[in-house]
Amino acid sequence: MGAKFHVRVTLELCNFGYWTTYVYGEKHGRHFAPSRSRGPRIKTPLPPRPQGEPVVLNLDHRNDEIEHAAPSIISVKNLTKTYASGLQALKDVNLEIRRGEIFALLGPNGAGKTTLIGIICGLVRSSEGTVIADGHDIVTDYRLARTKIGLVPQELSTDMFETIWATVSFSRGLFGKPPKPAHLEKVLRELSLWDKRHQKIMTLSGGMKRRVLIAKALSHEPEILFLDEPTAGVDVELRRDMWAMVRSLRSLGVTIILTTHYIEEAEQMADRIGVMSKGEIILVEDKTKLMQKLGKKQLSLQLQQLLTKIPEQLTQYELELSKDGGQLIYNFDARGERPKIADLLRDIAELGIDIKDLQTCESSLEDIFVNLVRAHS
Amino acid sequence: MNRYAIRAIYMFEMSRTFRTLLQSIASPVISTSLYFVVFGSAIGHRIPQVEGVTYAAFIIPGLTMLSLLNESISNASLGIYLPRFTGTIFEVLSAPISHLELIAGYVGAAASKSVLLGAIILITARLFVPYSIAHPIWMLIFLGLTAVTFSLFGFIIGIWADGFEKLQLVPMLIVTPLTFLGGSFYSIKMLPPIWQKITLFNPVVYLVSGFRWSFYGASDVGVEVSASMTLVFFMICVVAARWILTTGYRLKP
Ligand SMILES: Nc1ncnc2c1ncn2[C@@H]1O[C@H](COP(=O)(O)OP(=O)(O)OP(=O)(O)O)[C@@H](O)[C@H]1O
Ligand SMILES: [Mg+2]
Repeated sequence: MGAKFHVRVTLELCNFGYWTTYVYGEKHGRHFAPSRSRGPRIKTPLPPRPQGEPVVLNLDHRNDEIEHAAPSIISVKNLTKTYASGLQALKDVNLEIRRGEIFALLGPNGAGKTTLIGIICGLVRSSEGTVIADGHDIVTDYRLARTKIGLVPQELSTDMFETIWATVSFSRGLFGKPPKPAHLEKVLRELSLWDKRHQKIMTLSGGMKRRVLIAKALSHEPEILFLDEPTAGVDVELRRDMWAMVRSLRSLGVTIILTTHYIEEAEQMADRIGVMSKGEIILVEDKTKLMQKLGKKQLSLQLQQLLTKIPEQLTQYELELSKDGGQLIYNFDARGERPKIADLLRDIAELGIDIKDLQTCESSLEDIFVNLVRAHS
Repeated sequence: MNRYAIRAIYMFEMSRTFRTLLQSIASPVISTSLYFVVFGSAIGHRIPQVEGVTYAAFIIPGLTMLSLLNESISNASLGIYLPRFTGTIFEVLSAPISHLELIAGYVGAAASKSVLLGAIILITARLFVPYSIAHPIWMLIFLGLTAVTFSLFGFIIGIWADGFEKLQLVPMLIVTPLTFLGGSFYSIKMLPPIWQKITLFNPVVYLVSGFRWSFYGASDVGVEVSASMTLVFFMICVVAARWILTTGYRLKP
């Protein structure tokens, strides 16, 4: 199943990604493997998609849950939400969030991410199903459940006439915690808001307002933090700061659930990734596993002369020959064992096969994501 | 009980009041003074005593009630409508607080402000008219109960309203007419008999009457009736507010 699985998936992914072209000779040896950061990247149209079976992904994430029987901090069961308009925003959602992880929730606009978060935080009423947060039902035991949760909403809504200090103190009180200026100072310093603490929020820039919202969410020392698109409209530097902050929060044991439209962000930050589409969770997977399963690279060699079959000397590489015989395809796992590209090229040269051109392509999380959502719709 | 949350909401609302101190306190004081100048001094001299007191003294309880009702409603409705409008309500809704605590914070702050305002008006009036208060405890009970009841009513309006116009609608179209027709400026005994009957359907009559009784010991309707009617209206508002919060009406989709 393994090898075949790779091949199928990779081919499909190349279809949605683009080929990265490297001119042979300019790069060699171990640097040959294309990376996202170096080497010339030329976008070229893809060759026609090979005929074959459609992509098969392991969508049964429940298996995955059993495998990692880590205790869940949030447990969503059969959650359904139908808005008054009749729109079904969530359809029987089941999700387990593990204690201490960073969970990235991806999905196109309108997938239901904010609705799901809204229900867990008590902003939206669910139609059916239950949510347990740190052992407490969010409806019957809302007081204890909500004390553990901090939320940074998608919309930038803050009081305008309050000072930063007043608004964070307010948040802390609202969540039932006695004043603790030292904690608030720490949070504000981490978010570079300390110097501005006596400024009115209306005098701050958009990025700073978002940080104020984060500071408010952290003011009561939550164990679970929801970040609904925390980096929308945030500059590169601040985004990196935020990532660092999220990581340091995780190292303190805070569980973080974030939504984002920057797949790079999920790739960088998350321990696990969930993909939503049209109110359903269509995939939950460990990020590294997901990348391993799908982060395949492919080298394709355009040949000067057409081949009728793959020469016997090359069988160890498990190559594929295109239908017209003009292209040899080598699948390798850039993250796994050292690819034998140099060996392959030497062997091909020894066989007297001339290479006209050569391309590599790798599947990114973005490809996976786009692919999944397309397959679902 | 989440005391810190009630305190946080209460202080937040009060600080909003103090930030807009001028319009919160000064404008009702000025308008009340104007009423005294016009009705009490200018016209009042031509009006004979009403129920044993000068006309200027007679209108003090009614005028105070008028301001109390308007301010309670507008403070409380704005207090909950603004966070809904700006979206900051999300934080309150996601906080570990019960409905009662939420109401206590918002309505408590609005009512405190109204009571404060009532006190200021009464002090201002003292500058124009030398009145005395026959039943000070009852006066405070009526003042407090009315402030809380109508703040609760304002809270409900603030949740029901989906625009600033609607926020003004109920006070403008219902409360002000009811107050003017509720015996603030006259004794309902001055009305033709048929109107005396009709006017008893106006809840404000009971408030004004009871409040005036606590000043001068005389009233249009019995003080027990006044107090019970005020309590009934209070209970209706409590039930309505609870219903709103449990169903999530206009607050939670
Ligand atoms: N209050 C509401 N009333 C009716 N429909 C709503 C309401 N809020 C959201 N929806 C609908 O529910 C669906 C899911 O919306 P939601 O905000 O959860 O999506 P999302 O995944 O967060 O999208 P985005 O990435 O754009 O933030 C959308 O079709 C949206 O139009
Ligand atoms: Mg959203």
